[in-house]
Order: sequence, then structure tokens, then C-alpha cells
Amino acid sequence: MFDLKDLYQEVIVDHNRSPRNFGKLEDADRVAEGFNPLCGDRLNLYLKMEDDRISDIRFDGSGCAISVASASLMTEALKGKTRDEAEQVFNEFHDLVTEKKPEDTDSITHLGKLAALLGVKDYPTRVKCATLCWHTLHSALEGNTTPVTTE
Amino acid sequence: MSEITAERVSTPATKLDVEAVRSDFPLLHQEVYGKPLVYLDNAATTQKPRQVIETVDDYYRHYNSNIHRGVHNLSEKATAAYEEAREKVRRFINATDLKEIIFVRGATEGINLVAHSYGVSSLKTGDEIIISEMEHHSNIVPWQILCEQTGAILKVIPINDAGELDMAAYEQLLGPRTRLVSIVHISNALGTINPVKQIVEMAHAHNAIVLVDGAQATAHTAIDVQALDCDFYVFSAHKAFGPTGTGVLYGKAELLDAMPPYQSGGDMIKMVTFKKTLFNELPYKFEAGTPHIAGVIGMGAAIDYISGLGLDNIAAYEHELLGYATSAVQEVKGLRLVGTAHHKTSILSFILGSIHAHDIGTILDHEGIAVRAGHHCAMPVMERFSIPATARASFAIYNTREEVNTLVRALDKCREIFA
Ligand SMILES: Cc1ncc(COP(=O)(O)O)c(C=O)c1O
Repeated sequence: MFDLKDLYQEVIVDHNRSPRNFGKLEDADRVAEGFNPLCGDRLNLYLKMEDDRISDIRFDGSGCAISVASASLMTEALKGKTRDEAEQVFNEFHDLVTEKKPEDTDSITHLGKLAALLGVKDYPTRVKCATLCWHTLHSALEGNTTPVTTE
Repeated sequence: MSEITAERVSTPATKLDVEAVRSDFPLLHQEVYGKPLVYLDNAATTQKPRQVIETVDDYYRHYNSNIHRGVHNLSEKATAAYEEAREKVRRFINATDLKEIIFVRGATEGINLVAHSYGVSSLKTGDEIIISEMEHHSNIVPWQILCEQTGAILKVIPINDAGELDMAAYEQLLGPRTRLVSIVHISNALGTINPVKQIVEMAHAHNAIVLVDGAQATAHTAIDVQALDCDFYVFSAHKAFGPTGTGVLYGKAELLDAMPPYQSGGDMIKMVTFKKTLFNELPYKFEAGTPHIAGVIGMGAAIDYISGLGLDNIAAYEHELLGYATSAVQEVKGLRLVGTAHHKTSILSFILGSIHAHDIGTILDHEGIAVRAGHHCAMPVMERFSIPATARASFAIYNTREEVNTLVRALDKCREIFA
């Protein structure tokens, strides 16, 4: 039986209530927009790169608790990481929430706080909420200008 | 915690025996996440009574064959059942003539048929089409495309804070260039019941014709197209206890007669040579190809089911339930109803504090409650109320006060999780 508490963990409720790194980044050098037409989640992601390193990252927009908390946790996890490191975290996270890879203690330790989001894998319609910010990040890193949508 | 008092649980005094109705719907009797299913997503699609399921089953088991084509026994049976469904629909909406009943895939296809066939052949640059701010996307986009094709102009009747049409603004929008008004009978996002008869009268005074989108109406209220005097009326079987993939376009015979075919192929022709093709008469002119025969016959059974209960009884029961549910959910702290029209059907669209509708949907799902969360294919309505989405509980004849109480308890749980 899936437990709701696995989905709405304290970390998620907290990051939804007070999202970290929230608000526009004025001197961003990369911006990307994400949109989930199904539920109307909207997200702007702002990056500042120093060579290959994400020196600052912020977001704004509106969405459900899962999408807001996911974006908040992502910004925390990625600040200071290189592009390759960020992609690596993305792949790991994505494979786990879409169940391409089984969860094991190793991968969970890797993910740190992001592991709080793994509860979404029991809710197929909500996986998109958790991954929207990551797809938006991908697009920002690639330098794409068209908004990302989950559909 | 909202209190649930014994008094509020007592059964309403209507003629509908809800327990008997519930026993007709096999799907309702199951558990979701270990909780009894509470199905409150009826505006999206209703469940099907065994009478409909058995009718469709019987068709496939005993007389499946193509219609209007075979001389054999099975085809004659199928054709008779298909045409009998047309007569049931005619009586159901009180149309004068069978040829005014066109079977289509649903409300969406009905609107598209009118936009393509009537719209493209009759509208010119500068002509005006009026819709409203509370339309479903299916009653917006076909007209936008038609406007692009013909140079016609789309005008929109605004709605007030209760989610009712601004009739004074409508009067102002009507003018010598108004050709067509396309309006929803009952709003799926707000529950508002529009004054269709008055809307039609006002449009006719300006020689404009009126299409009514009845997708949300047929399960809840009696339809009389002659009394409404509308020119077109569309609905989907699946929102009124029938199968998906089938529905009806009603049109006044003189309009349908003058309209060019929408799709072409088999069944819609009388004679084909490579020089010239003679189109079939109504209603077949608009029914190209093999239709959803089982669906149409199933829709006939759904109409029988509704008629058996009586739409007056259904409306009375749902009115009671809506009143009960409205006051019950308003006791939930932080809950705000979106759509508080004076004339309303049993739909509660709401927001709850700052909790996103999607989170509400997931938490309710966990309690066995199925609701819709999102923009309900009516993004302009969300924009009007400056919200991204609402959660929507929509009720049907098989829903009960106990289910409303379960909903209220689950909403309290949402508040606890996000406290
Ligand atoms: C008001 C309204 N109009 C039109 C439609 C479209 O119906 P269908 O998808 O069955 O064609 C719907 C269905 O959601 C509706 O609620």
C-alpha cells in the first residue's frame, strides 16, 4: 500500500511552503521556461555560469507542491556543480523516478535530500510535476529558447 | 475539523431510490487504496449502468453487423436497433423529426461539424460569432479556426464573479453582423446553468442562429429543443451514462438541408459515378462511413435508463445533494467555491487555501475519492478568476450525502498535511 506520507514528506511540505532560491536572478546568463499544460505548472529557471560551473541558480513561477519543492531542492543540490555533475544528478534522479533503475541505498545516498521526491514514482501522473524543473534545467544548459512542456 | 452531525446525514425526501440506482452501476462497488470508491468526476464522464453494458454486450454477442447495407437478418436487426436509438434521442430532446438527429462522435465533433459545414459555407469577412468566457475549449477553438478561414470576428460574452453570463454585455455584442451564437448550456468548470431560451430569443431578434453545447446538460436536466428554439444542440453520450465515442448533433431540418456534407464516403451518398455524386438525404448526408453502432445502441439504452428514473426526479435529487454539499464544503476552512451562480447544477469547483488543485487531487485519490484537478479545458475561466486550476467535485444520480461527508473529511486531511 502506498502511503501518502511517502509523497508529502516533511521536506516537501517545507520546501513548498518556503522555497529556497526563489525569485528572479537579475544577472542570469541563461534562462529557461517550463510549462506543464496538464496542471498549469509554470516555472522560470535562471542560471549563472562561471565557465562550466553553475555559480548561481534561482527559479520562480507557480505550481503544485511537488513541482515547487522539486525545483527548490534541485537549486539547492546544483549550486556550485559543474555542468557534467548536474547532468549526472539529473540522469540518476530521472532513472529513479521513472523506475528505469531500481532504488538502492547507494543511489539514495547520492541523491541526498532529493531522495524525498522518490515517492512520486507510485503516482504516474505526478512524475511530470517532479521532473518539470529538471527538463527545464536541461533546456537552460543546452541554451534552448523554446519553452519546455511536459506534453 | 468540520463537524458532521447526524441531522445532516439523513436522506433527502425525493423519489429517487439512490441505493437501487447504485446497485445498477457495477463499477461503483470497488475499493481504491483500500477505501470505498467515491466517484465525483462525473462532469468528465459518468459511469455506466448494467442496462447499458448489457445492451452493448448483447449487440456484439448476438447481432453485430453493418447497418443500412446487408439484406441479411443480422444487418436488419442492427439497423433497426440503430434507428430505434435515433427515435429515442428524438423523443429525449423533443425534436420534431428524425432527420434532425445526426449521430456524431460527441459534442466536440458536433461543434466541428457545424463550424466546418455551416460556418465555412455561410460566413464572410466581418461577420461575427459570439461565444462566452465560460466555454469549454471545444466551443472556442473550432470558431477561432473558422474565423481565420473566413475573416469572421469572434466576440466573447464576459462573466461576473459568480460565474454567470453578463446578459447586458451580450445584448451589446449582438448586432447586424452577428451570424452565430455558440453557448454552453451548463458550464463544466463552474456548474452555471445558462438562460438558453432567453439567449436564443435575443439572437433570433438579430437573425443570428444559435448552437447550444449541451455536453453537461443531458444527465441532469430535461432538454426540449423546440421550447428552447435553438438551431443546433450537441451532446456526448458518455456524460449521460452512455458509451464513449458517440453523441448527437441536433439541427433544424431547414439548416441541415442547406448545409454541405462534412465528411464523405459510404452511407452519405445515393449514387456515385465519376462524373457526379448524389448525396443522401438527412440524416445520412452527415453520417459518412460505418458509425459507432454499438455506441449508438448503448446510448439508446442510457436514454431509457434516464427516462426510467425521470429527469424531474434526477434534478430534484441532485438539487438537494448540491445544496447539502455546498454548505458542507463551505465549513472547510480556507475553501473558496469558484462558480456560485444562482442557477447551478451539481458541480463544485473550488480552491483550498494555497494548496494546489493537483495536490488536493492526489490526496483525495488516496481516500478513494476521484475528482478532477486542473483547468477543466476552460483556461479562459481560470484566467477570469486569476487561478491556475481548481479541484472539481461533480455529482451524479448515484452520489450520496455520505460521500459528501467523506469528501469533507478528506479536505480536512489536505489541510492537515499542508498545515
Ligand atoms: C461543456 C463541455 N463541452 C464540450 C465538451 C466536449 O465533450 P466531448 O469531449 O465528449 O466531445 C465537454 C467535455 O468535457 C464539456 O464539458
